Amino acid sequence: MTVNIIVCVKQVIDPEAPPSSFKVDEAGKKVVPPSGVPPVISPFDENAVEAALRVKDAQGGKITVLSMGVNLLREVVKKPLSMGADEIVLLEDEAFTDGDSWSNARALAMAVKKIGEYDLIFCGRQAADWDDGQVGSGIAEILELPCVTVARKIDVANGKAVVERVTADGYEVIEVSLPALITVSNELGEARYPTIKGIMAAKKIEPLVWTPADIGLEPAQAGAAGRKMNLEKLYQPVHEGKCEIIEGESPEEAGVNLALKLREAKLL
Amino acid sequence: MAEYSGVMVHAEVAEGKLATIATELLGCGRGLADNLGEELSAVIIGSGVSSLAQEAFAFGADKVYIVDDVLLQDYQTDAYVPVMEKVVRQAMPRILLVGQTSIGRDLAPRLAFRLETAATMDCIELAIDPGSKRLLRTKPVYGGNARAVFTSELDPQIATVRTKVMTPLEPDTSRKGEVVTVEAGMDSSTVRTRVLEKVKQEVEGISLEAAEVVVSGGRGMGSAEGFKQLEELAGLLKGAVGASRPPCDNNWVPDVRQVGLTGKIVAPDLYIAVALSGSSQHMAGCSGCKNIVAINKDPEANIFREARFGVVGDWKKVLPALTEKVRELMSG
Repeated sequence: MTVNIIVCVKQVIDPEAPPSSFKVDEAGKKVVPPSGVPPVISPFDENAVEAALRVKDAQGGKITVLSMGVNLLREVVKKPLSMGADEIVLLEDEAFTDGDSWSNARALAMAVKKIGEYDLIFCGRQAADWDDGQVGSGIAEILELPCVTVARKIDVANGKAVVERVTADGYEVIEVSLPALITVSNELGEARYPTIKGIMAAKKIEPLVWTPADIGLEPAQAGAAGRKMNLEKLYQPVHEGKCEIIEGESPEEAGVNLALKLREAKLL
Repeated sequence: MAEYSGVMVHAEVAEGKLATIATELLGCGRGLADNLGEELSAVIIGSGVSSLAQEAFAFGADKVYIVDDVLLQDYQTDAYVPVMEKVVRQAMPRILLVGQTSIGRDLAPRLAFRLETAATMDCIELAIDPGSKRLLRTKPVYGGNARAVFTSELDPQIATVRTKVMTPLEPDTSRKGEVVTVEAGMDSSTVRTRVLEKVKQEVEGISLEAAEVVVSGGRGMGSAEGFKQLEELAGLLKGAVGASRPPCDNNWVPDVRQVGLTGKIVAPDLYIAVALSGSSQHMAGCSGCKNIVAINKDPEANIFREARFGVVGDWKKVLPALTEKVRELMSG
């Protein structure tokens, strides 16, 4: 069977940016994007794209990328196309700003309904900004789909998916009927690099851009207006930063001195 | 209509006992319930779990809801969410606490959406706002670079809590309470998943979560061979070997070794971080470590902001000397 997959990806501040560049505007309760560091697709979402590409490689089918936000950089959100995805839908409107898991899941679910044909929806296990890990389950609940979270392997056959779900001491193998939503974790393996051919193909694909009205979403349900959680405060934890550097004439001597220091501190 | 009242804990079961996280949630929930002057209840779901109610009382619960059904042997979303929905609608807790575990991560969001309320995931601090009496939920965000405090006007207020953050009460086996049995009322045809197999990826030696000493390596280890040297040091210290994400992604070590936001949460007395930059995502798994020691050739590495002792140098030279000296000191 060929498989139609929708992959949800989020544009976020690059989580690999140096921690020293990370700044919070406490009054505005916002993170200040670091200058000179372009945003990226949230890393677990890239794993989700890779998962979709592996299913497509094995079974054939079509991958539709779905992303939401404002000021979505085309070169960022189109990256999955250059990796091998086929189409892209953007929910792009001021009204989608500052949503929480509820408003984001609702908008994405409405967009999925409008896209219509799908066997699987893939999301990253959690986004690198709010680290919430709720949107996948939320979309599944709204669309009344079964959901398997934190997947490390997905095989599709005979109208079912067999999913390896990461657990604390290993994984469990779960069979789920389709259509289903699956959230993907980094244990799946790193995402492939875009190919030159893929980059050329992606250039020719124009995103479909939808507003709340296009997906039948009431303004009161979108973005900040549709939140169920209030952000009271956002701050950076204070680092005590009292590291005692153990010196030595050579690295080897520093190693010996470290052992002696640990003994002195009764840690050995 | 009845009003929402009290604090409820989803008490996870592991190997026929209350899981450690369940006792931690009960400790935290007891404090919140006392602050509100309300009841603390626990819900225990599984197969053959009725006998665990007394354990929940000992750790602080006033009331225990038991849902015992052979169909609930394994956690499955479609089985557990309706059961939790039923218990919550019957008990109407103001606050529901769930562990940030493999089960809780899956259960809490889906349950919150079903109940049309809001969950906050991976909380590390919970408190009652003195004015509004609402739950203040503090969670790390942006991979641990920042913290956010959330509230919601909706009941029940659902929060998942990170492991090893809250402290269980000393168990008092003389404590008593009320047991409420709830029928699962399961219709197995509504469960759209099937657990085919559970695979344990055995890791030799002491488990990461239980270890008093953890020796972890990062991207700078460069290969699986490097980790053999960490195993040697960990062996001397009767500790466990951990890793940040890159060594797992590169298959130098099994994924179950990963310490961090989406891996294991560890809280040893001594955490030795070798060739590991100390990204926020990794440090999220180390917040309970009492003493962090860093070996890294980059003096600007973030790990030195978190460490008590550090050596700036190439681990290939520092580590063998450290290991030999430790061997000498430990045998002397």
